[in-house]
Amino acid sequence: MTTQLPDHPDFLWRNPEPKKTYDVVIVGGGGHGLATAHYLAKNHGITNVAVLEKGWLAGGNMARNTTLIRSNYLWDESAAIYEHSLKLWEGLEEDLGYPILFSQRGVLSLAHTEQEVRDSVRRAEANKLNGIDAEWVTPEQVKEICPIVNISDDIRYPVQGATYQPRAGIAKHDYVAWGFARRADEAGIDLIQDCEVTGFTVDGDRVTGVRTSRGDIGAGTVALCAAGHTSVLLEMLGVRTPLQSHPLQALVSELLQPVHPTIVMSNAVHVYVSQAHKGELVMGAGIDTYNGYGQRGAFHIIERQMAAAVELFPVFARAHLLRSWAGIVDVTPDASPIVGHTPYENVFLNSGWGTGGFKATPGIGWCYAHTIAHGTPHPYVAPFALDRFETGALVDEHGAAGVAH
Amino acid sequence: MQLIDCPWCGPREEVEFHYGGQASVAYPETPAELSDREWAEFVFYRDNPKGPFTERWSHAAGCRKWFNAVRDTRTYEFLATFRPSDPEPAVLRRDEEVSA
Ligand SMILES: Cc1cc2nc3c(=O)[nH]c(=O)nc-3n(C[C@H](O)[C@H](O)[C@H](O)COP(=O)(O)OP(=O)(O)OC[C@H]3O[C@@H](n4cnc5c(N)ncnc54)[C@H](O)[C@@H]3O)c2cc1C
Ligand SMILES: [Zn+2]
Repeated sequence: MTTQLPDHPDFLWRNPEPKKTYDVVIVGGGGHGLATAHYLAKNHGITNVAVLEKGWLAGGNMARNTTLIRSNYLWDESAAIYEHSLKLWEGLEEDLGYPILFSQRGVLSLAHTEQEVRDSVRRAEANKLNGIDAEWVTPEQVKEICPIVNISDDIRYPVQGATYQPRAGIAKHDYVAWGFARRADEAGIDLIQDCEVTGFTVDGDRVTGVRTSRGDIGAGTVALCAAGHTSVLLEMLGVRTPLQSHPLQALVSELLQPVHPTIVMSNAVHVYVSQAHKGELVMGAGIDTYNGYGQRGAFHIIERQMAAAVELFPVFARAHLLRSWAGIVDVTPDASPIVGHTPYENVFLNSGWGTGGFKATPGIGWCYAHTIAHGTPHPYVAPFALDRFETGALVDEHGAAGVAH
Repeated sequence: MQLIDCPWCGPREEVEFHYGGQASVAYPETPAELSDREWAEFVFYRDNPKGPFTERWSHAAGCRKWFNAVRDTRTYEFLATFRPSDPEPAVLRRDEEVSA
């Protein structure tokens, strides 16, 4: 038997011992940390870099998300960074030389109330002004794009139309992480797993290094990419942010025939669905309301999400749930990320992507690498500085862009 | 789903409750004197600990009263619930017992 199995593939990256010191230490080996490492090497020639991951590479939210990618956000600031990211997705397979199964199958964001219709039309028009492909479609057009959606008007929240972004899609999250990891490794960057940052060494307003479960490591610059755990790290530096960590759950069905050709989101009834490459229905909902770090959530959230899904897609009534899980996402008061400077001049912050940071992976990696290399925020991330909560220049995407993911 | 011990009604199912975030965030005593930074702290900044957290819940589908709870954000276990007028109970900090 064993002789018939294919050879084990070569490992995609080395597993080095940490060096004494690095020019840049990235905390967190999820998609954002790995993409940042890749673009530090590729765009800025900075390769004396370590990515420290407390668990296994990309085993956090990167392994748990539902992989939806879109750029149809309302405000100019958000549209700019997410569209930059979507353009990078469109060339990423070539850049990484690795398959990522990026499938641009489009996203329908359903509207169920008159107010949602008005907001959605406004968003589609704002998107067009920003050069983003988006249009308003009627219930009949929804049915054409995705025949299994129930558009009858005798359900609790009838479909009144949708915004449609044809260039939106999904990608295989593990492959994305491995592709970035392989490229960063090839450039000489050390990816160090099983290495938890437990503290910092500080000299005045500079951090000189990190304390880890594998010893102290010196750092010229520290770049945080720890998603839901950012508050825990910053607390060690005495820095506060308006981040709150919440469980976010998702689930998949058993494998089905191809029935669902696009992505459908509904904020009003709080469910979104796509069909994975292999055939599982992948579904997500909103966050569990309470703060939590437990990587699990409450069952009644799943119950509500399934009820909404079955009403919108009657054919799902016979599908069996295969498994469910949760990640820990960091949400902000205006539903936009916090990126840029901290009170420590050589510690940079990338956080608050909440339920929607997977789609940003190449875009933020690109802009964060620029921010680290130049010591000043890339123009696309400048509006997302921590001080906006003081100046009042919020980027309020709540409700405006469908913040379900 | 877990049972939450409403200080007025006793244990009821989680779906009856509504979450209200960090407890005891007091309105500033001298609002006119606050700096932008201090207003930001009051409006937007809340603690986000990994471990015991004192927070507000309302028994929305029951007595509709607000109460406070100490809950461990790692395990979600309610370590105590109490009326807002009561002092915060000393609860066991389970740092040794709970794996991070
Ligand atoms: C269920 C679910 C569904 C989602 N669906 C979507 C979606 O459809 N589309 C979308 O765009 N986004 C989605 N997201 C959000 C997206 O996953 C996140 O915004 C994004 O992954 C965050 O960036 P990251 O990949 O770097 O985070 P992570 O992959 O979580 O990376 C952070 C890493 O930091 C590590 N870390 C933490 N603390 C330390 C420490 N002290 N020392 C060392 N390492 C540490 C963690 O172990 C982790 O691996 C979803 C999230 C969840 C949970
Ligand atoms: Zn009660």
